Amino acid sequence: MDRLKRTTFILFLMLVASLLPLGGHASSPEVGTGNGKVRDHQGNGDTTHKANYTKKAFPVLSFDYKNVRTPFEISLWVLLASLMKLGFHLIPRVSNIVPESCLLIVVGLLIGGLIKLVGEDPPVLSSKVFFFYLLPPIILDAGYFLPMRPFTENLGTILMFAVVGTLWNAFFIGGALYGVCQLEGDYLGKVELLSCLLFGSVVSAVDPVAVLAVFEEIHINELLHILVFGESLLNDAVTVVLYHLFEEFSSVGTITVTDVFLGIVCFLVVSLGGIMVGAMYGILAAFTSRFTSHTRVIEPLFVFVYSYLAYLSAEVFHLSGIMALIACGAVMRPYVEANISHKSHTTIKYFLKMWSSVSDTLIFIFLGVSTVAGKHNWNWTFVIATVVLCLVARVLGVIGLTLVINKFRIVKLTTKDQFIIAYGGLRGAIAFSLIYLLDENHFARKDMFLTAIITVIFFTVFVQGMTIRPLVDLLAVKKKQETKRSINEEIHTQFLDHLLTGIEDICGHYGHHHWKDKLNRFNKKYVKKCLIAGERSKEPQLIAFYHKMEFKQAIELVESGGGSKLPSAMPSTVSMQNIQPKKPSQERALPQVSKAREEEIRKILRTNLQKTRLRLRSYNRHTLVADPDEDGWNEFLIKRKRMKDLEKMSHVNNYLTVPAPPPDSPTIARARLASDPQAWVIKPVTGDIPTIKVELASPQSPESVSVVDEFKKSSYEQEDEDGDGLVMKATSLVAKKDETGEDDKEPQQRLQRCLSDPGPSAEDEEDEPFLP
Amino acid sequence: MGSTNSTLIKIPNVEELMQETGFSTAHIIRLHDRFKELDKERRGYLCPRDFEAIKGLAINPIGDRIIGAFFSPGRETVDFYTFVRILAHFRPADNSRPKESSSPEPINSRTNKLKFVFQLYDLDKDGKISRIDLLKVLRGMLEMQVTEEQLDSIVDRTIQEADLDGDDAISFEEFRKSLEKVNIDHKMSIRFLR
Repeated sequence: MDRLKRTTFILFLMLVASLLPLGGHASSPEVGTGNGKVRDHQGNGDTTHKANYTKKAFPVLSFDYKNVRTPFEISLWVLLASLMKLGFHLIPRVSNIVPESCLLIVVGLLIGGLIKLVGEDPPVLSSKVFFFYLLPPIILDAGYFLPMRPFTENLGTILMFAVVGTLWNAFFIGGALYGVCQLEGDYLGKVELLSCLLFGSVVSAVDPVAVLAVFEEIHINELLHILVFGESLLNDAVTVVLYHLFEEFSSVGTITVTDVFLGIVCFLVVSLGGIMVGAMYGILAAFTSRFTSHTRVIEPLFVFVYSYLAYLSAEVFHLSGIMALIACGAVMRPYVEANISHKSHTTIKYFLKMWSSVSDTLIFIFLGVSTVAGKHNWNWTFVIATVVLCLVARVLGVIGLTLVINKFRIVKLTTKDQFIIAYGGLRGAIAFSLIYLLDENHFARKDMFLTAIITVIFFTVFVQGMTIRPLVDLLAVKKKQETKRSINEEIHTQFLDHLLTGIEDICGHYGHHHWKDKLNRFNKKYVKKCLIAGERSKEPQLIAFYHKMEFKQAIELVESGGGSKLPSAMPSTVSMQNIQPKKPSQERALPQVSKAREEEIRKILRTNLQKTRLRLRSYNRHTLVADPDEDGWNEFLIKRKRMKDLEKMSHVNNYLTVPAPPPDSPTIARARLASDPQAWVIKPVTGDIPTIKVELASPQSPESVSVVDEFKKSSYEQEDEDGDGLVMKATSLVAKKDETGEDDKEPQQRLQRCLSDPGPSAEDEEDEPFLP
Repeated sequence: MGSTNSTLIKIPNVEELMQETGFSTAHIIRLHDRFKELDKERRGYLCPRDFEAIKGLAINPIGDRIIGAFFSPGRETVDFYTFVRILAHFRPADNSRPKESSSPEPINSRTNKLKFVFQLYDLDKDGKISRIDLLKVLRGMLEMQVTEEQLDSIVDRTIQEADLDGDDAISFEEFRKSLEKVNIDHKMSIRFLR
């Protein structure tokens, strides 16, 4: 501790010393702009102020805030946002009634008020900051974890709502507002049609941030969630086009038919262009990830950077950045996940959730602050008209569209569904930022628009956000199903896919399944070979799914303490905004091990438990780097176990093939736990296994490795990369796992510490094949 | 409308067929056209060769099973009625039709759809999906990309999950139960056949 104190003191002195020259230039205006300039001045200052310098007392401590101001303030805001998030969950009662977004806006209002009281100018949500820094993480998070199957199944509906619905909303609100303005006459009469249409197009867009924030908390069923959410994402293209169209022409004042036609073309260009840009970057990212097997550490960086570049590239051409980001994430995901290591996968997931969570919080806080800060122009008629028209337009739009859509859907949308869709049309910060970007010279009533927009946002977020949860309960809308897919469902679903494709072929009907099947084949034949490294490109979906499932069940079994009981508690998962424990899994009929065997197993374990327990105490659950010795060791154990199982199976099956082990599927590879590779306990088949006596994962006793050497068959190659942890080749291991469930007192301890927080909701990963 | 009527007249018992399957006239005609297209030798019935000529079925992993489903055991030919009746399974269900408890369940009800699929799995027709049945299905679907052990583990796991009465095979009830969360109506319907 003394050494620590000394070093910190020395460091502090050095820091102070470096600040001294800066402190000497109290009048220097460029102190805050960068080190280069400062040093320059320092050079000059030294000569001119030398005389002064020597007369003053040596400033031991100086205060130089200006230099650090910007990063300091940014960090403070981020810290504030995170503390708010913490705080809300400490007060469960409030967070049950009021959605987080509302609370955050209130906090923003308070802070804005405080800042104003102090006399400073509260910062307004700069559109640049919003569009370039705050929005992309949220969209990327949404796009990367977008559940592809429901999304593609409902794509037609989503597009209808996004495109036609938004257009309807925009023109209805714009037109009606214009009418109201004309009626009102004096003050509002000067508002032009184009301005109104612009306003209408901005205010009609459903906002993904707000929708995410509210819908995440109410857990409605997948269909509704994807409908509203998908709509909020895809309507960006429409908004962008309308916005630019009206903005361009508001200065001119009129729109001709050519312009309308060009607008339509523009829409196609914007949306398809955005998607193509995104897909291109996605493929690049997938391709890059193919070669990252030796530099695992920067894998997540590729994902983030390529996605961000996709967004920015789309923005360069005024294409839809949001659609580019979604396309990038969705395209790259299946290939990247097949290529990257488990730890990178975890990292990506955690980072995305973290950034999007902080962004989301910051956005709402800033909305509150901007409300206090911004210039306002409250006009009762306009504001009330806007709010009312928004609601009316939304309801009419949804009802009208559903009538048309239901003709084409197999599973029709009921009235309840329609109500939730209409009610879930929340507006948010995107609308605010877009209005804020307007040029005041062209839009004389910008502040009125701002006020109206803020009112609409507040209304939707507060009123609709708060009441949607009780309404969902009241209407008994189907909630999200918490249970996982079973392998039965997966097999049968695939079987049905094949069946329907076959029937479509018989009928001569080139339908949905036919094209999906074709795409799948194309994907398997060409694309996967390019984008997925090595042998993994051949792994069929079902196997990947199966391994993932086995892996997850293994964790659960171990976490719940094994024993002869079935897992009765599943690990709690942390979703982006709240902690929500999963319901216990269904009872599975796992065969029981006889009591005598159990006792034997327990006894063996107990003798070893003592030795390992001491070592385990220091095991940090946040350790993400596995010990290489550990990994190698575990691999031996696994291999040895596998041999035992193969032997066993040879009695059962006549055709025991001991083939070369199937190539490591990424999901097998994913069975390597981040911090504890030893997820699997070796089953003591008979007494002749010395394994149990050997300490598992004990780097301190490498001599124990040799004990098993003699059992190791030579045919397997080792994984040489670090961080590849436990490699499990065959899954016979898995089938016997149910018996090993009892064995795990020891790894159970470690795993409990390591795994009790698997992080963001595991159900996000629930697997979906690339093309359902 | 004249031509459609004349086509309809050519098909005997067409009203009965329509009643039984719930297809509309337009559908029957469309299916009849397709039937004639497949029946290249104009014999009035289809044999397995005609089905195998369909390109898509050849590369379908369960293509032969699907073809087999059309031919009831012992028969070598499929006439138009059987053709339509089998395809009726894939009609989207009519939620609007009033449920008359006296009339038999429509062909495209959820239960009947599931029964159809069950028969596809259960090739040896013993009323249960045994390990061997499952192994065959999986082998077909996964082609050559897996090892025997992996297949075995998957089959073990599948049966373990679904088998509630412990007879190491999946009966129809267990099958139905394991699929209760899947929206069968959605997954087993072809839109145009509405």
